[in-house]
Amino acid sequence: MAITNITEFAHLTDSDIEALGRELDAIRRDVEESRGLRDARYIRRTIRLQRSLELAGRLVLFGSRRRPAWIAGTVLLSFAKCIENMELGHNVMHGQWDWMNDPEIHSTTWEWDQTGPSEHWKRAHNYSHHTYTNIVGMDDDVGFGILRMTRDEKWRPINLLQPIANVILAAAFEWGIALHDLEAQLRLEGDDRQRWNSKPKKEFAVKIARQVGKDFVLFPLLTGPAWKHTLAANATANLARNLWTYAVIFCGHFPDGAEKFTVDQFENETRAQWYLRQMLGSANIDAGPVMAFMTGNLCYQIEHHLFPDLPSNRYAEIAVRVRSLCEKYDLPYTTGPLSRQYLLALRTVHKLALPDKLLLRTADDAPETSSERKFAGTGAKIAEALRIDTDTGRRRGLLSALRDHKAARSRRLMRQS
Amino acid sequence: MGLKSWIEAPAARVAGSNRSVANLVRGAVTRLTTPLLPDDYLHLVNPLWSARELRGRIVEVRPETVDSATLVIRPGWGFDFGYQPGQYVGIGLHVDGRWHWRSYSLTSAPNIDNKLISITVKAMPEGFLSSHLVNGVPAGTIVRLAAPTGNFALPEPPPAKMLFLTAGSGITPVMSMLRTMDRRGDLPDVVHVHSAPTQNDVMFGDELARLQAEHSSLRCHIRHTRTGGKFALASLDEVCPDWRERQTWACGPLGMLDEIEEMWDREGITDRLHLERFAVSRADLSGAGGTVTFAKSGKVIEVDGATTLLEAGEKAGALMPFGCRMGICQTCVVPLASGHAVDLRSGKEHAEGERIQTCISAAAGDCTLEA
Ligand code: FES
Repeated sequence: MAITNITEFAHLTDSDIEALGRELDAIRRDVEESRGLRDARYIRRTIRLQRSLELAGRLVLFGSRRRPAWIAGTVLLSFAKCIENMELGHNVMHGQWDWMNDPEIHSTTWEWDQTGPSEHWKRAHNYSHHTYTNIVGMDDDVGFGILRMTRDEKWRPINLLQPIANVILAAAFEWGIALHDLEAQLRLEGDDRQRWNSKPKKEFAVKIARQVGKDFVLFPLLTGPAWKHTLAANATANLARNLWTYAVIFCGHFPDGAEKFTVDQFENETRAQWYLRQMLGSANIDAGPVMAFMTGNLCYQIEHHLFPDLPSNRYAEIAVRVRSLCEKYDLPYTTGPLSRQYLLALRTVHKLALPDKLLLRTADDAPETSSERKFAGTGAKIAEALRIDTDTGRRRGLLSALRDHKAARSRRLMRQS
Repeated sequence: MGLKSWIEAPAARVAGSNRSVANLVRGAVTRLTTPLLPDDYLHLVNPLWSARELRGRIVEVRPETVDSATLVIRPGWGFDFGYQPGQYVGIGLHVDGRWHWRSYSLTSAPNIDNKLISITVKAMPEGFLSSHLVNGVPAGTIVRLAAPTGNFALPEPPPAKMLFLTAGSGITPVMSMLRTMDRRGDLPDVVHVHSAPTQNDVMFGDELARLQAEHSSLRCHIRHTRTGGKFALASLDEVCPDWRERQTWACGPLGMLDEIEEMWDREGITDRLHLERFAVSRADLSGAGGTVTFAKSGKVIEVDGATTLLEAGEKAGALMPFGCRMGICQTCVVPLASGHAVDLRSGKEHAEGERIQTCISAAAGDCTLEA
């Protein structure tokens, strides 16, 4: 079963966790106090860039009957849509720029270029996902209700189709998100499923009509004889955006090392433990500045989950501090190149398509889900684990315990073979 | 819904949506730019090309006295020049990455011809924004504007006999009234009593003199309080014996207005009195809380400085949106219509016009929420 006791899992005492919480609070304060002109300029430039790319893309597509124009227009539009989705939509709606007090760049007024209405998404994402991060049964983003991403969920025959479902989800990611958010909204409003004209459903329908109307009817019509090509270009740009956002989200949440938690853990959680859950539940992608920008700085998923409302352009510097905290408390900092993180997530998708009988490890000790119980045999108890290493003078916590556990496990396997 | 209104629909709520042709075009183009408005692209070229929100460009900063200046602003699309003299306008200024909002009386006469408006600002000792406006804004700066509002306005047509009682920057709304009547060439019987510390502190001193010279129906009594002391209301009988019969507009420091209100009340003629309170309300950071009003539901509640505004609203029975209740999800954000609130996490102060997370903010003095 997933983590029930985060204190024990993290090999930290309560007071350690409180101290860690205070250090994270200090980071938040420092960033909040230093927000200013530089940050405002960053977001305004990003908006300008995004709109220019989109405009340029749309213009170039008027010549979409010629192949180079088709390619150039599609590429421009794809970039514009990726930036709009991640660096703008996602981050603005998190309230990262609300401090500027600018009514046009504000979480309450932003509408994004996706089939799902912003209002629904904010509920499902900002609230459900960011509050109940990785709590199996409460955070619907664990597998989006389609994929089984942890052994804590019972296997059902339908899961055999998971590899196919995954491909469909990736290609139609915005639709997946939109339906998932609508579902959350309906549940929230206690909506009668039979009613087809409830408020959330109407909002959804209006948004779909606008989005589909723009990309698949109006713009193609406008380009006249090139309509088929423009239609294809718009569809391609949407597809590219879907695949990219899907990849970034999966890399941030489903590689090995992004832990899952139980409702038990959540129910008695302190603010500092909440921080710890965010740290242990997310994974980063190694990225340079350009790639970081294209992911909407969600390559810093750990930092984003710790501080979802701090400006995205500051995550890089926050990451340096969070990393050193991980070192100090001997906690893992899950990160890796995009390809590796994605392959790990993909491995889980395929592996968990199979029934547990066919899987070797348990829900307490699997690459994608583990719990404090995994250390029962090999790891030390908290009290012991807290000892300071005599050679290095460093604290021995979760990271060391994980290492020991791995070594012990491979020794055992060797003996068996 | 007819075709025309269908096309216009997405632009229906934006400012300046009163001109139907422009609106038809904007509405049609919005179908292509959705979820944005065409304005979002246009204002990349020229910041004034947006009717999504009122904006303006400061075209001139003209010193009035040592600590006050007039800002002449050219509003962008959608500004309604048909405001009433005496009304005030909200102005947003970008300083260090943030937009700051304040309201100031319009000193210009409503006038559609030259498409300019003006406000006159006095630098307040602790008023960071007013000092910035008086000493720091260069011409060319883009500002955001909120539509002119306020009941402290000149009726149409003006009454035959008027009395203006002003002090300091309280003269600003009255100036707009005087200018309007002057421009129309129809200035009725007006007595204006104005107080300022010294001759040099009198805003629009020269203009008042000129108006007085040109209109025999206008009498100005300027009081220099540093030498002459405060204007005693009791002496009103000498300056303006028929004050009881006049429609009176008063604007100035709170103490003065309270006194006036009391006196008019005693005489039983409050229906002839119009007051403008420029309460320079400051946040009460003593942690004592205050009275919170929820504008939409009309609910009111008294709270301490530790109760979050979300809790306050729920206790009062106002409909409050909420999610995580811990400051991360932004579900609970509502605009602060007036007063101040304080962020309980950081101690940061929020002022009127800002949108705040109610789950982590408390009242810092009396405040009103748009919820
Ligand atoms: S309820 Fe989530 S931020 Fe206030």
